[in-house]
Amino acid sequence: MSLDLPKEIEPAIELVGIDKKFGAVHANKNINLTVAKGSIHGVIGENGAGKSTLMSILYGFYHADQGEIRISGKPIVIRDSQAAIAAGIGMVHQHFMLVENFTVLENVMLGAEGGQLLRKGVASARKELKRLEDDYGLEVDPDAVVEELPVGSQQRVEILKALYRGAEILILDEPTGVLTPAEADHLFKVLRVLRDQGKTIILITHKLREIMAITDTVSVMRRGEMVATRKTSETTVEELAELMVGRRVLLHVEKGDANPGRVLLSVRNLTVRDARGVTMVDDVSFDVRAGEIVGIAGVAGNGQSELLEAIAGIRKPYSGEIFIDGKPVAGIDPAGLRDLGLAHIPEDRHHMGLVLKFEEYENSILGYHRDQRYGRGVMLDLDAMRKDAEEKIAKYDIRPPNPRLKTANFSGGNQQKIVVAREIERDPNVLIIGQPTRGVDIGAIEFIHKRIIDMRDAGKAVLLVSVELDEIRSLSDRILVMFAGKVVGEKTGDAGEQTLGLMMAGIAA
Amino acid sequence: MDYFDIFIGILGSAVRLSIPLLFTALAGLFSERAGIFDIGLEGKMLVSAFASACAAYWTGNAWLGLAAGILVAIAFSFIHGFASITNRGNQIVSGVALNFVAAGLTIVLGQAWFGQGGRTAQVPGSGRFAPIILPGTDAIRDVPILGPLYANVISGNNILTYIAFLMVPISWWVLYRTRFGLRLRAVGENPGAVDTAGISVSWLRYRALIVTGFLAGFAGTYLAIAQSAAFINNMSAGKGYIALAALIFAKWKPVPVMLACLLFGFLDAFANFMQGKSLPLIGEVPVQIFQALPYILTCVLLAGFIGIARPPKAGGVPYTKER
Repeated sequence: MSLDLPKEIEPAIELVGIDKKFGAVHANKNINLTVAKGSIHGVIGENGAGKSTLMSILYGFYHADQGEIRISGKPIVIRDSQAAIAAGIGMVHQHFMLVENFTVLENVMLGAEGGQLLRKGVASARKELKRLEDDYGLEVDPDAVVEELPVGSQQRVEILKALYRGAEILILDEPTGVLTPAEADHLFKVLRVLRDQGKTIILITHKLREIMAITDTVSVMRRGEMVATRKTSETTVEELAELMVGRRVLLHVEKGDANPGRVLLSVRNLTVRDARGVTMVDDVSFDVRAGEIVGIAGVAGNGQSELLEAIAGIRKPYSGEIFIDGKPVAGIDPAGLRDLGLAHIPEDRHHMGLVLKFEEYENSILGYHRDQRYGRGVMLDLDAMRKDAEEKIAKYDIRPPNPRLKTANFSGGNQQKIVVAREIERDPNVLIIGQPTRGVDIGAIEFIHKRIIDMRDAGKAVLLVSVELDEIRSLSDRILVMFAGKVVGEKTGDAGEQTLGLMMAGIAA
Repeated sequence: MDYFDIFIGILGSAVRLSIPLLFTALAGLFSERAGIFDIGLEGKMLVSAFASACAAYWTGNAWLGLAAGILVAIAFSFIHGFASITNRGNQIVSGVALNFVAAGLTIVLGQAWFGQGGRTAQVPGSGRFAPIILPGTDAIRDVPILGPLYANVISGNNILTYIAFLMVPISWWVLYRTRFGLRLRAVGENPGAVDTAGISVSWLRYRALIVTGFLAGFAGTYLAIAQSAAFINNMSAGKGYIALAALIFAKWKPVPVMLACLLFGFLDAFANFMQGKSLPLIGEVPVQIFQALPYILTCVLLAGFIGIARPPKAGGVPYTKER
């Protein structure tokens, strides 16, 4: 479904009939895609729609079962990453492919050292980096050690790596996931400069707003198929969302006014240190009332995770107090907190929320397995567990509806629903949630958001931590911004994105 | 004998005892910096000791003994690589298995070929690396301090000793000044970065293991035909593990590796010296305390008392592309 391009614009990349199967999974079905030279082309789709597979084929990580790739009109075979690099394709991966204890220079040179000995290559790489910095505004200190750089700069290193190898086509996979709004803006500026100088950019994302903000054309993938290609100026967020999901979706959460009651969760002067003794949460105090959602905004790594873990009883606070419904609870273990009416949807479902090798029904009661309903004494009542799981599956539309299926075989969205169902169905008074929709598709996001609002409307206290600013803004009644372990400010739920963005960067309070 | 002579004696013996550690620790340095844990260093040392003793006995040539030791150690490296790189097996399991194979195989073959209960026959003088007296030893022998130091510690060692110390700057240069070294260090930290740069992770790791085998071959050869004149059952006696401890103690860096090996060698020499002697006030100190010191020091280090020892990040993890 390629776009009709004006004759004078030559295509940089053409994918013709690309097909790829992983066992029974048909990841890419007969994909056709044409990207014009000197343009920014977005590829959008839900998790598992096949975007990453397609780009991995283009970068030589996988081989297509069928189909042809043409670069500047010429058919080529991309056998491995080396071939992709030689064809002028560069990739900026979602998880940076950087050696963290190497300098910027060493990272850029890796694989393109220019000879058996490093000495000569170092000098020319240094010169080339300076040139790229001047040409594209990609400033970064070549002698800085990568792990000491902020995430935005690390990403620039990835872009520099690609350009250093002479990339004409740059693929960026979910590039803004780890960036502050300001860093994302800076990235977009760089991408525009690159495009204006004739580079072709493919941007893979699930964020509709980014597509609208920066791309010239956009293709939508759904379940392995390329379902549409549009000029960005001629489409809308609503249309793209519908194409992605295959049905109409509500992008904006509908919620009434909050009706806050008494304080159910209270945090006073909480300080949390990590294993190295570094203060991660620094003298934080706030309240969450019944019937309100308090959102904690911030760039990942500013103490939100540690705050959540301290409240959930996983991490021991260094000092300060936590009260649930007026009762001091600091130091009580997670099981004790559950009995006091606290439920926790952890940030990372794979490591903290689920045991992926367990069957669905086992995960669906995990942490509540001592409950009388699921067994007696040391014996578990498997029938009761399965019946309970089936009820949750029906209520939360978990697919496939099979409590005996291994949890690893569910999609990200359905795995998250298993956790959400488990925690919400206990009818807790205080619900604390980390990254409720990370790696979850739009349909499931809508569903999970609705459940969170329902909890609020039922008079529960909800504390929400998310690095997705949109999510915080659309769900929260009040927003606290964390930066470097401190709460640097509080705003109402309708605060502007820019205000929050500045606070997240620690610039304004 | 006054205290100075005793000290010089211990020092000389410390150098000799640290050489197999140094070769082995440098061997481990290459594989671990490439992300392959090698608990099988002990086994490599043992098989190469056996192979070099056999070859030196049959040919009467020490250098052919060395070549045999190196070849066999590299062969063991390939088995480790095949299990843990190609087939993505557990590196620790593979290494431990190879240690068992080495311990058993050397005894069985030794018994079959020489019939001396697992020992090999005595290697003739030409098949051994003899001590080299450096020029000028006699001339400065009578110079106080420097003379005995030169004569008993620096001079009078076999060629492998000097090669071992030469390997330290060479290893450093390879790791930090060559393309191979850059890539090797990268693959031990983030193989994904190497793969996406269009470099084969497997081949790079195999090459690292070849270097490991090469250096471990020197260690075994040193034990069999430089330090002694035959292969003896289990003659590596845990040195592979001490070398591994030295590697960790040195935080995976070449020059500190040398210092750690010298320290551990010194402890070993001191333990030998203390055997049966009693200290004033304390009395006789069990030798085992000194023998345990390298391990105790390493544990103290790992517990974080002497700075943080940060191992190569991708160490022990077989590389698979995502999905």
